[in-house]
Amino acid sequence: MNKTWNNKAWFMVLPVLLLVAFSAVIPLMTVVNYSVQDTFGNNQFFWNGVGWFSDVLESDRFWQALGRNLLFSGIILTIEIPLGILIALNMPKKGLGVPVCLVLMALPLLIPWNVVGTIWQVFGRVDIGLLGRTLHSLGINYNYVNNVFDAWLTLIIMDVWHWTSLVVLLCYAGLVSIPEAYYQAAKIDGASRWAVFRYIQLPKMKRVLLIAFLLRFMDSFMIYTEPFVVTGGGPGNSTTFLSIDLVKMAIGQFDLGPAAAMSIIYFLIILLLSWIFYTVMTSSDEQA
Amino acid sequence: MTSQATTANTIQTGVASNAGAKAGAGSKRSLSWLIPTLYIVFLMLPIYWLVNMSFKTNQEITGVFSLWPQSPTLRNYAVIFTDPAWYSGYINSILYVVLNTVISVAVALPAAYAFSRYRFLGDKHLFFWLLTNRMAPPAVFALPFFQLYSAFGLIDTHIAVAIAHCLFNVPLAVWILEGFMSGVPKEIDETAYIDGYSFPKFFAKIFVPLIASGIGVAAFFCFMFSWVELLIARTLTTTDAKPIAATMTRTVSASGMDWGVLAAAGVLTIIPGALVIYFVRNYIAKGFALGRV
Repeated sequence: MNKTWNNKAWFMVLPVLLLVAFSAVIPLMTVVNYSVQDTFGNNQFFWNGVGWFSDVLESDRFWQALGRNLLFSGIILTIEIPLGILIALNMPKKGLGVPVCLVLMALPLLIPWNVVGTIWQVFGRVDIGLLGRTLHSLGINYNYVNNVFDAWLTLIIMDVWHWTSLVVLLCYAGLVSIPEAYYQAAKIDGASRWAVFRYIQLPKMKRVLLIAFLLRFMDSFMIYTEPFVVTGGGPGNSTTFLSIDLVKMAIGQFDLGPAAAMSIIYFLIILLLSWIFYTVMTSSDEQA
Repeated sequence: MTSQATTANTIQTGVASNAGAKAGAGSKRSLSWLIPTLYIVFLMLPIYWLVNMSFKTNQEITGVFSLWPQSPTLRNYAVIFTDPAWYSGYINSILYVVLNTVISVAVALPAAYAFSRYRFLGDKHLFFWLLTNRMAPPAVFALPFFQLYSAFGLIDTHIAVAIAHCLFNVPLAVWILEGFMSGVPKEIDETAYIDGYSFPKFFAKIFVPLIASGIGVAAFFCFMFSWVELLIARTLTTTDAKPIAATMTRTVSASGMDWGVLAAAGVLTIIPGALVIYFVRNYIAKGFALGRV
């Protein structure tokens, strides 16, 4: 759409700008403020320069948490995106099955995140949970409380359970928008199932897949509540993600300076990655 | 199967090929039926277990392992509905979620219109800046939020949580609405102005009904993300506006963990979400693509 140049449009954006600025800019400036100052308590602060930043960047704790975050996001993206596409391809196209599938699949998305954590914490428990109990009776020594591998496995299955539906619904939306004529043309050409997927369905889903990828990456990168409820960051520090570490530092130990410096680094990483995604997305918009 | 269908196509006339196509579709459906079903079973198992637990007594939960309640009880739900500390949590949650949805959609409407219709100084940068707030980790903002809202004396009020949740819901609402609005041809605006409509009248009488489904979808997403968020909601509230999800963390008592009540509370937090999904089920597919398919 060719848009008119009109700077008065700023007035329409103003309410949003003020509201978001109140909620975003002021808190962010507070964080910046803390990140460059140190205190002896008593609300007396003095300039600390980039001290906290270099502390954070030199600490193993930060890099390990960052590594865990990247590993987690990587694993769940490689599972959820292909699985979501597979399920979306096999969804019923019409009839009663459609609303039933949509409603049931969307259900996990609307469960409060700590309830998701609670559900899986209970479900995986060896004494009272269906999953833990079943695995135990099969002779598998599953225990997410003190086994690192089991803790990770539980978190990954939980995230797949929680969020794959988002990918499914997005892909499904992309698929139903493909006109029937495309499939008929493919049939006349004798296209194989794979060719239909590769040259018709995948290109049509590109746009929604990008949204799915973007949303899933961002949300998994800042995951907090669910692992906090299920494992509390343990066993040891094995599931302590950046956000968990951050809250521990800021509210638990009240180390405001390092926590603020870490917040800013964390935010900058997300900002950089988001900018890359945004550029890719808008450039694909212009091609279309 | 496919080869048979193609043979039928080449040899016989339209009617036969039609039948072949139908048979092909039928056999494919019987196969593909399995995958979504398995997935839904996987989704429902943990939820079933929670519902199952919520109807059991605590002795049964910890003592006996059973796939369904042996002696079904409503005691867990009775605890929640008779204790104001419990049920006020639901009222608080619903209050701030609705408040947030109304504010988010109301401010996002004009902004989305501006983004979809006009170019202005710094529009792209502004749009990206808005989106970055959707990407901001709540953990980063928890502490400064507490200090900011303390300074304004807003701690433990519903409006504080509603405004704080605007941080991620307003950008999302702008994003969704902009997608839907861009799908409305610009000629409609121009025709309305020629017909003598003023801007506010045009917006309310013509434009808003045209993008009603988009507004529904945006509201659904705001509701969803505000309902599921806990970290900020818990940080900003102490007693009067405490959300239900935070109340749930108090089930550990002197007599040990009250699993039954915890499960019942969990089940009750699923219900509003399920109701909302049921109402928007016909728009869900389009909505999840943010109107941009």
